[in-house]
Parts: sequence; C-alpha cells; structure tokens
Amino acid sequence: MTDPIVLAEGLHKSFGGTRALRGLDLGVPEGTVCGVLGPNGAGKTTAVRILATLSDPDAGRATIAGFDVVREAGRVRERIGLAGQFAAVDGQLTGRANLRLFGRLGHLSRGEARRRADDLLERFGLADAADRRVAGYSGGMRRRLDLIACLIQRPEVLFLDEPTTGLDPRGRLEIWDAVRELVADGTTVLLTTQYLDEADHLADDIAVVDQGRVIATGTPDELKATLGDTLDVVVEDPGGLRPAASVLHALAGTDPTMTGADRLTAPLPGGGFRLADIVRELDRAGVAVADVRLRRPSLDEVFLRLTDSKETVR
Amino acid sequence: MTTARPAPQRLRWTITDGLTLAGREIARLKAEPGQIVAALAFPVVMVVLFGYVFGSAIQVPGGGDYREYLMPGLFAMVSITAVQGVMTRMAADASQGVMDRFRSMPTARLAVPFGQTGADALVGLGLLAAMVGTGLIVGWQPHRGAAATAEAFLLIVLLRYAMSWVGVYLGLVVKDDQTAAQLVPLFLPITMLSNAFVPTDGMPAWLRLVADWNPLSAITAASRDLFGNPGARSAHPAWPMAHPVAAVLLWSVAALVVFVPLAARAQTRRGR
Ligand SMILES: Nc1ncnc2c1ncn2[C@@H]1O[C@H](COP(=O)(O)OP(=O)(O)O)[C@@H](O)[C@H]1O
Ligand SMILES: [Mg+2]
Repeated sequence: MTDPIVLAEGLHKSFGGTRALRGLDLGVPEGTVCGVLGPNGAGKTTAVRILATLSDPDAGRATIAGFDVVREAGRVRERIGLAGQFAAVDGQLTGRANLRLFGRLGHLSRGEARRRADDLLERFGLADAADRRVAGYSGGMRRRLDLIACLIQRPEVLFLDEPTTGLDPRGRLEIWDAVRELVADGTTVLLTTQYLDEADHLADDIAVVDQGRVIATGTPDELKATLGDTLDVVVEDPGGLRPAASVLHALAGTDPTMTGADRLTAPLPGGGFRLADIVRELDRAGVAVADVRLRRPSLDEVFLRLTDSKETVR
Repeated sequence: MTTARPAPQRLRWTITDGLTLAGREIARLKAEPGQIVAALAFPVVMVVLFGYVFGSAIQVPGGGDYREYLMPGLFAMVSITAVQGVMTRMAADASQGVMDRFRSMPTARLAVPFGQTGADALVGLGLLAAMVGTGLIVGWQPHRGAAATAEAFLLIVLLRYAMSWVGVYLGLVVKDDQTAAQLVPLFLPITMLSNAFVPTDGMPAWLRLVADWNPLSAITAASRDLFGNPGARSAHPAWPMAHPVAAVLLWSVAALVVFVPLAARAQTRRGR
C-alpha cells in the first residue's frame, strides 16, 4: 500500500468565530476520484483552499505527494491544478490566449504551451471557439476552459471545487464528460459537490462532510447500501397519519419524518423492499393512501440520517 | 514557509513570469481598441476642459499663458492615474479568482505586481506621449533645454511607477472590483487639491497646507521649474514647494519603500 497522494489529518480552520473545519481527515489514493460531498457551508472550499496552498490551516497537516502544503508549498504548486468555484479565466482574452498564458505561468516553454493549448482545446471540444473572446462563451464553455486551464501543466492532482454549480443540465454533462476524460489519463481528482448524483457518477470514493468534519466515507455503493432507499407516503386524510407512521416505523426501524400536513417520509435501510409489499401493509392498517413512492434519498436526507437530527411524529 | 528554490532561479522566474503577465495586460489592451482610443482622448479632453473652459477665468501668478501653466499639472495628473488603473486591475483579478489560480501555480509570487506595474509603465509612457503631443499643439513648450526637459520627464515617470505600487496594494486590499470602481471617483478631488490647475495662494491656510504637501503639487512645481513654464513661487513656500525636485524624489522613494513590501506581503499572504 502506498500513501494516499492527497492526505489531510485533523485540519482545523476558523474565521473569526466561525469554525469552518474542525478536524477534517481525508486520504485520496493515487489515480482515483474522491468526491467531497457536503451542503453549503460544510467547509469544502476551505479544505480545498488549504490543500491547494492558498490558505494555511490553524491546526493539523496536509500533504500532496508527500510534500507539506504549508512548508513545501512550492513543490505542491508544481503538482496541482485548481479550478475554483468561479471560472478563473480572463474574459478579455481568447480561449487560446488564456491557455497559453497559464501554460507559460506554469513554466512550460513557449512552444510547449502553444502545443498543449491546441491539443487540449481540440480534445475538450473548444477548438471552434478557441479564437473567440471568453467573455462571449456560455457558462458551460467557460467552466470547461477553466478546467483545462489547470490541466495545461499536467498536474498530478486536480482540485475541482463545485465544478458544475450554477450550470444548466447540458453544461453539467459536458463537465462530467471532461472529468471522466481526465480520469482516463490517470490524474487524481478531488472534487467537491452538493449533489449526491454527481458524486455518484464521478467518484470512486465519497467523503461526506458536514460542519467541517468528514461524517461518512465509502464508495457510492457502500454509502447507498447504508442509506438505503427513501419511502414517501401521502395519505388521503390526516387521520391516516398515525397508523401510517406505525407501519413505516415497523418497516424502517425508526420514526418517520412528517414532511407536510398529509405526508410522511422514512428511510429504509438496505435494499430488498418492494413497493407492492409496502402498499399491502398500509392497506392492512386501514390507511387510505393517495400516493406511495420509493426513491433514492436526497442529499438533505443523507445528512439528516448521518447527523441523526431528525424531527419525528409521535 | 516554503522550501526555497535557489535565489537566482527565483529571480529568473520573477522576471520571466512578470514579462508574461505584462504581455497579458498588453494583449488585453489590444483586444479592446476602444479602451486605447478612450485613453488617448483623455489628454485632449483635459486640455480643452481646463485650458480653454476654466483657463479663461484663471490668472497665472506672475503672469504668463495659462496653457503653459496647465500642462505640467496635466503631466502630473498622468503620474497619479497609475494608482486607480493598477488598483482596478489587481482588484479585478482578485475578485474573479484569477489571482487564486496564479497563487496555486508555480508562478513566482512577485511576478503579478511586477507584471502589472511594468505594463502600467508602458501605458503611462503612451499617455504621457499623447499629453505632450496635445500640449505642443496648444502652444506649450519646454524652455530650458534638453537636460532639464529630460529630468522633468524622468521625474514624472518615476512618480508614476511609484504610484502604481500604491495601486497594487490598494487593489490587493479591496480585493473586489466593485469596491475598486467605487473608489475611482475619489481620485479626482485628490488631483484637484493641488497646484496642478490653480495657484494654491488663494486657498484657506489649512487647505493650502494639504495642497502644498500633495505629491501632485511637488511634481507639478518641479516640472514647471524644469520646463521653464510660468507659475511664480509664493513668498513663503512650504518645503516641498521650495524644493520640488527633492520632494518628488522623496515622495517616490517613500511610496516604493512603503508600498513594495506591503504589496509583496499582501500578494504572498495566505490564511484567508
Ligand atoms: N474568508 C472567510 N471569512 C469568514 N468566514 C468564512 C470564510 N470562508 C469561509 N467561511 C465560513 O466557513 C464556513 C465554511 O465555508 P466553505 O468552506 O466556503 O463551505 P462550502 O464550500 O462547503 O460551502 C462557512 O460558514 C463560511 O461562512
Ligand atoms: Mg464552497
């Protein structure tokens, strides 16, 4: 077993009274994609900024390929690429000029920067737009350019901070394709996201972050297995809530959450539940059901489950 | 701190990366020819506005042509505009995440301010040339020979370069292009509060004190002396007005000594 190429141990970081990170641990094996999944304010950006040498931790340590992000920042910067939450490209310049600029600043020779720019523009479908000013690009194109701008110096580790937030579905798919393309090259990727499905599609491993700490890790399948599916029940009249709640309790092993005047939600651990069986159980309890649905949990519910702070009906 | 690379190598990258970044600023300008036209129209507008509109009502102390009196003030103004120009560019990069990208790359830390101030120096030379051309057309002239004329221009360029470092620091501190844009109009009163356009003799004593110590007044007075343009000194001048060349050197060196390290620290600081 070699050491993880990205390693964070007990990272702490406060901004005034806000404790953005409180003991964050993370390890990303070389050549894998790690999805850091968490809601707004969880500390994802703070963690990425520390790993990318933009910010120093108050406590804890982190290394990239064995180099300390604080003491050996110069060595770290030679090995990483960062695409932040906003597309950090120069709108006034063309796509090609942007890539050449970042290539030169990444200390490629003039010829190498030129070749690499042309190559990447071609590969990531921006060749046609290469000589237009970036100010006229769509949001998705801008993000894609931003992403390839950090590839130009062939980083070993790529940090992508919410690469698809604010993009339309088409833009999202374009970025997903681009990330898959990188992974095929063997680049290690750490990407943050608020979307479970994004982590699911792209990541080999997921670290769920909440309030500055990793609260769960695993492959997407492992996480899904522990989280199971989510069951929604809408009753015909409020009188049916109580019997429905006890049916759901029996199935789920925990109290269901009331999500409206006439509806309940409960997580079902593991798999193996069939909708038909659930409907039969409800029917037997005399509940007049308007709607029953079995679905993948939303991120909110993942957090509620993992942090165990749910409101229940009694 | 970071494991240091050997100093000569760091210096080399600071220069190479600085040139790359200065080249970027020039490429940006080329992509926006309208901006160049606007920048070159500025001297013409200023000369017409001050030289012909205000000038008709202003008495030059000791007599003489107002436009001859005015041009050194406008050259001085070219020096001071470096602050707002560089501040705006630094703040734009900081607010759009471009600065973070530079900082996460092996790019030399100080290349960003050096590139920015270097490019601004080129822009300043262009502006100054346009201002001189406009001045020559409306009848301004240097009267004291090549050496004095060259000295005056060197002082103007030096002060502008020093002022561009003030801009680097301000831009890194505000970090936000909208805040920077809101600060720009504040520079006009600072330029007006000097001897650039009107004699300070008529100002209330406290205001005159401020105006006489304004670096803009020093460069204006120094250029008037060195070009041999009108603008007699008052009987009991404040120190910078009695020794304007020394005052310009002092202001420039002071600005560089204070703001280069401050800007360097702001550029390399982490922990946000
Ligand atoms: N520069 C800062 N100054 C003050 N508070 C900050 C700063 N950066 C982040 N925070 C706070 O730290 C917490 C974590 O923020 P962040 O890392 O941006 O979360 P995420 O990226 O997961 O949305 C939030 O409460 C945020 O308000
Ligand atoms: Mg964030």
